[in-house]
Amino acid sequence: MESLDLRKISVRELNRFLHQEVPARNIRAIEILNPDGKHNLACGMDAPVKIDIRGHGGYYVGGMNKQAEITVHGNVGWGVAENMMSGCVRVKGFASESAGASGHGGTLIIEGDASLRCGISMKGIDIVVGGSVGNFSCFMAQAGRLVVCGDAGDGLGDSLYEAVIYVRGKIKSLGADAREEPMTEADYAAVKELLDRAGFDCDPKEFKRVASAKTLYNWNADANQEY
Amino acid sequence: MCGIVGLLVKKPTLRPRLGEFMLPMLIGMTERGPDSAGLAVYTTPVGQDQRKFSLYAFDPDFNWQKLAHDFKQHLGSTVSITPRANHAILTTHLEPDTVKIWLKENYPALHLLSVGQLMDIYKDIGTPAQVAARYDFASLKGSHLVGHTRMATESAVTPSHAHPFTAGEDFALVHNGSLSNPYSIRRKLEPLGIEFETDNDTEAACRFLQWRLREGDDLETALKAGFEELDGFYTFLIGTRDELALVRDAFACKPAVVAETDDYVAIASEFRSLAHLPDVNNAHLFEPMPEELYVWKV
Repeated sequence: MESLDLRKISVRELNRFLHQEVPARNIRAIEILNPDGKHNLACGMDAPVKIDIRGHGGYYVGGMNKQAEITVHGNVGWGVAENMMSGCVRVKGFASESAGASGHGGTLIIEGDASLRCGISMKGIDIVVGGSVGNFSCFMAQAGRLVVCGDAGDGLGDSLYEAVIYVRGKIKSLGADAREEPMTEADYAAVKELLDRAGFDCDPKEFKRVASAKTLYNWNADANQEY
Repeated sequence: MCGIVGLLVKKPTLRPRLGEFMLPMLIGMTERGPDSAGLAVYTTPVGQDQRKFSLYAFDPDFNWQKLAHDFKQHLGSTVSITPRANHAILTTHLEPDTVKIWLKENYPALHLLSVGQLMDIYKDIGTPAQVAARYDFASLKGSHLVGHTRMATESAVTPSHAHPFTAGEDFALVHNGSLSNPYSIRRKLEPLGIEFETDNDTEAACRFLQWRLREGDDLETALKAGFEELDGFYTFLIGTRDELALVRDAFACKPAVVAETDDYVAIASEFRSLAHLPDVNNAHLFEPMPEELYVWKV
């Protein structure tokens, strides 16, 4: 397997290789050594390649990803897979804040916990978290699904649009306009499919559904600015 | 944006290497804070009846020997002075207030950074690498330290505005974030006899804690009062004579990551500042939760 060592080359050289050499030489698998928490690893990918990052990543790992299947064998900093379009990013450890922020598509799998603002403003991405998510997760999330196998923090789903959240554990509090809704057969099937994709062994029957009550969709003059 | 770092070595045998382990941590935070850097290091304590004064002179050729001479002439007491570039550590048996008044009257241009028995403060403008080289941070020894790299957003870039700030003996605070009510805090505290030296927002937080501690709060109670009074974003890292303490505000917009092993506890704004530490990949790594106080004892 092709192997690139970040103690020998810069992040810019790495990303240039991933953007230009990988498609040109039709490379199908590559590993990145000694990431040492560096930022912007494997950002802007647009090739069907399997990328293994051996260690902890910094900010924006796999940002804007298309097609690539990226696995981080460690933790990541802020904004992992932010604005992802397609493909898959898997984090073996924990993810810091704003994981999957504004993601349009693809799957983000976090095996550990995700910190605050997971899935903020997501636009179609699917996020599956093996652990718990922090406060303000899915704030203003527009489309896509977030599955949380652990607990959720304060203000979950504040000002949600059409994104749907499934939580297995406790929800500390719901944000404005977010509400728990009954699970349908379609919900159980969706959770099962997402858990299978992540390889997590949980029972879909244990999950509850959180979605928008849609009371903020239209301006209500009588609400007197209080929601 | 700013960078913070903290390091506490658990094994006394590692204390001589504190500066060596810390240096890449501080330099790793250069992109978060390129305009100034500083740290507070906790070293071997001076005698029970002694105090250390961390002093800063704008003139790198400042005559510290003359100061020692004048000190003895005027106050009738010998003093030991250890200069490091623009800084010097002055050690004396005299009462802190006596020394403070004497310095103010005779050397008004000198800046008094801290008073204590264990803590030395060094801070200056320049990149972290430049400041570290100027004061030979790599050679620092001690049990723990807190450090900072600054990207100024709300007040001037001067050595006085660099972090750490102090609030009482052997107490140092570094801050990543910004406060929006430093002036109202200042207006509240000044009539209570708390003096300010700069218009920096972090100093306001520091003086607030100083006031709460003076009123009898312990550190945890003081920080909880801060959740109500300090309006803004912060990750605070605090050094006391035998502790490192870490706290983030409710919105946790400012990052921090902790690595703990049997040998050390290391804290930084980002993991890339910890990546060089020995055995860090097997360390217990975690991100501190908002509004939770984390304390490590020496």
